[in-house]
Amino acid sequence: MRIELVKRPQHSALFSALSPFIALALTLVAGAIMFALLGKNPVQALYLYFIDPLREVWSLHELAIKAAPLILIGVGLSVCFLSNNWNIGAEGQFIVGAIIGSILPVLFPEFQSWIVLPIMLLLGIVGGAAYGSIPALLKVRFNTNEILTSLMLVYVAQLFLDWLVRGPWRNPEGFNFPQTRSFHEFAILPELLPASGRANWGFAFAIIAAIVLWFLLSKTLKGFEIKVLGQSPRAGRFAGFSNARMVFFAFLVSGGLAGLAGISEVSGAIGHLQPSISPGYGFTAIIVAFLGRLNPLGIVAAGLVLALSYLGGEAAQISLGVSDKVARAFQGMLLFFVLASDTLIHYRIRLVGRQAAPAAEAPHGNA
Amino acid sequence: MQSGTNKDNGGVVKTTLNAGDEPLLEVRGLTKVFGTLKACDSIDLAIGKGEIHALLGENGAGKSTLVKMLFGTLEPVAGEILWKGESVRIASPSDARRLGIGMVFQHFSLFDALTAAENIALSLEEKTPIARIAERARELSRSYGLPLDPSAHVGDLSVGERQRIEIIRCLLQHPDLIILDEPTSVLTPQEAEKLFKTLETLRDEGKSILYISHRLEEVKRLCDRATVLRHGRVVAHCDPRKETAASLARMMVGSEVHAVVRAAPPKDADHSPLLEVAGLSREPSNPFAIPLRDIHLTVHAGEVLGIAGVAGNGQGEFFEAISGEALQDKAGMVRIRGKDAGRLDISGRRLLGAAFVPEERLGHGAAPRMRLSENLLLSRFRTDAKSYLTHIGIIRESTISAATRRIVSDMDVRKSSEDPEASALSGGNLQKFIIGRELDRQPAVMVVNQPTWGVDAGAAAHIRQALIDLARAGSAVLVISQDLDELFEISDAIAVMHDGRLSAPVPVGEATYEKIGLLMGGADASTPPTAAMEAV
Repeated sequence: MRIELVKRPQHSALFSALSPFIALALTLVAGAIMFALLGKNPVQALYLYFIDPLREVWSLHELAIKAAPLILIGVGLSVCFLSNNWNIGAEGQFIVGAIIGSILPVLFPEFQSWIVLPIMLLLGIVGGAAYGSIPALLKVRFNTNEILTSLMLVYVAQLFLDWLVRGPWRNPEGFNFPQTRSFHEFAILPELLPASGRANWGFAFAIIAAIVLWFLLSKTLKGFEIKVLGQSPRAGRFAGFSNARMVFFAFLVSGGLAGLAGISEVSGAIGHLQPSISPGYGFTAIIVAFLGRLNPLGIVAAGLVLALSYLGGEAAQISLGVSDKVARAFQGMLLFFVLASDTLIHYRIRLVGRQAAPAAEAPHGNA
Repeated sequence: MQSGTNKDNGGVVKTTLNAGDEPLLEVRGLTKVFGTLKACDSIDLAIGKGEIHALLGENGAGKSTLVKMLFGTLEPVAGEILWKGESVRIASPSDARRLGIGMVFQHFSLFDALTAAENIALSLEEKTPIARIAERARELSRSYGLPLDPSAHVGDLSVGERQRIEIIRCLLQHPDLIILDEPTSVLTPQEAEKLFKTLETLRDEGKSILYISHRLEEVKRLCDRATVLRHGRVVAHCDPRKETAASLARMMVGSEVHAVVRAAPPKDADHSPLLEVAGLSREPSNPFAIPLRDIHLTVHAGEVLGIAGVAGNGQGEFFEAISGEALQDKAGMVRIRGKDAGRLDISGRRLLGAAFVPEERLGHGAAPRMRLSENLLLSRFRTDAKSYLTHIGIIRESTISAATRRIVSDMDVRKSSEDPEASALSGGNLQKFIIGRELDRQPAVMVVNQPTWGVDAGAAAHIRQALIDLARAGSAVLVISQDLDELFEISDAIAVMHDGRLSAPVPVGEATYEKIGLLMGGADASTPPTAAMEAV
């Protein structure tokens, strides 16, 4: 008995839709086993992890806060991944967007006007896009591998932020804490529904970005160009599309959206710059993009699922006493199972019994 | 049809060898299934000692699958293989080699950076010093008329010479049966003739040869017996010398193949030059590319110009330069309908009225995982922007689906669903769609590289007729092909590409296989095109 993967003549629409759900189910099963091995009641643990955080309005707001950057970055990454540009550095673009976007409230705190926030958002986008253009330039000009360059630039951005908030940008009235001065009121991203919770406009940006990119990818020539160049670059060149321009387009879009996510997070949820402003949103968004099947609308759903894994991790830490690293374990398992389930889209599984090949066996016996 | 074929050949069919001859290799009921497709369906075949046995069939008839089972790279699901009368199981190529079965593949597996002798050494299982191998290779090359320098680097050798390495590599293992897969597809007629001499020598020494081909003339010339496959089944065993090319073709295809009609161009037709190439040179873009050297060429309205040549003599590089996938240094090097196009990209050249069909269907002419309608948009989003896109770039799906349906019905593209992915179509049907996609625009200039490569005979005839009809309607058609028969069938004149140079075109009335074959072998590589014209 052995298992064979048989290539499908055409990709399966059924498994294309089912694959994320299969992956979620397998993640829950594996998660239950993990909790059991930790000595917890798996049913109760999964309940506390995945259901409990959804029962209160304020924690739904927290979910939106966590989902916003994941969705913003994830839809940008979908453009990259569909066009075969492996931007792994969204975390760095997120951080640089946050830094550049914070220039006004940190360096010019006296400049207070309604115009400050729009400029901050714009600078955030520009900062993230500029930082994303570095691996794009290196790829187009020197044929470097963008996976390595974009990933390494994450550490550059993290250390740069660390140096800024401990050095030149440290709050002079902040008792030597490594953080900038708090943003003034015109530099704060407003809350969506202040009466019920903290969720800010970042979530609205995420939904708008997802809808715009969904339209771009599915209805326009630009979306077609992205997909053709991603799937078969030679056919793309035959069509008359430029791969070099596409590399820049993909990195600028995803960098810009990551930068917007960065400045939204800092001005909405945190209110100042500090050494760490992200629990790895830029990396988790990679999982979000794939769980959402690189479809911006799917990414909205996937972003909410992954945001829940963060919330659940915090909840589990408090109520179950397990490490919040459990959240990372869940995210890792989810990515693993998503990629594994995707095999089913292009292949079907066949079990081959020994008796299926009698012709091959019999002559061997006679020989 | 099948029974008819058997009856037609009732007199000469020889399903078994003469009594007393024990076959070297016998195959009984060999079957291989891929998914729902029976690639080989209960194949029976016997190869005697000292015979050249042809395996005939169209692309997709199951020839490769059968051979792969004989050489141990595929496992049959049913049936048995008898080697010298004993049932054997061939689980791997090394099993096959141990039995005495050698194979020369259609696509060579040689390392360009190594010498011929080093390449041979890599495939031998025992450890023999390179110098010994070179010595043995030299002996074999002398005795079989296969001139070869074992110390030459493969990267510097011609395709014909590379094939000799493969053959010598195979002979070094003292096989009793040698399988050759489409060996002449990369050779000039003269090189092929040399290969036939070698094969005849081998046969006279008592070795058996399984010769796979779809070229009927050479099978008639060379082979003692033939087995014809169609749709995975044996449709006939016959003596090819007693058949005509037409009767063999009928067995392969299963029906009469319509001859292409090539009407003379109307006398009063416009004869202005539509595609002009002047002094086109191109540096190689990678270490294995062929540089193009000073190519001149003019294709007039109403004309089909064929470019012959052995594969790998710059045809791909030439196509890229003409299509605009690679730009030229000077705008005047390529002119389309009287306008300089050398600095225009492929979209710009399409807007001038040119259309292009590359050699590779999947991954170049079409995106494999995209639907046919999306593949229509691929080459026409600029030329048909007004009807296929709104002014802000939104795709009009209904217009495109209608155009796709029109092309599918015009070109008789057979498909399994309404709008399948390109990779789900057979090679011939996808090629018909790709050609139809361009014809649908009524292009003034059509450039096609290998229009019928790997396409079944019926589809090939359809495509060739469509190209001729396009020219007769007043377009200029440039066809690059390795298939000489095809070029003689459709071209008004044939030029030959060799080592990145293009000969002057020879009008088809004056061209013979021998003349073109000499040019393909580089007979005039050093003389300028005009002198070549006089020489032939």
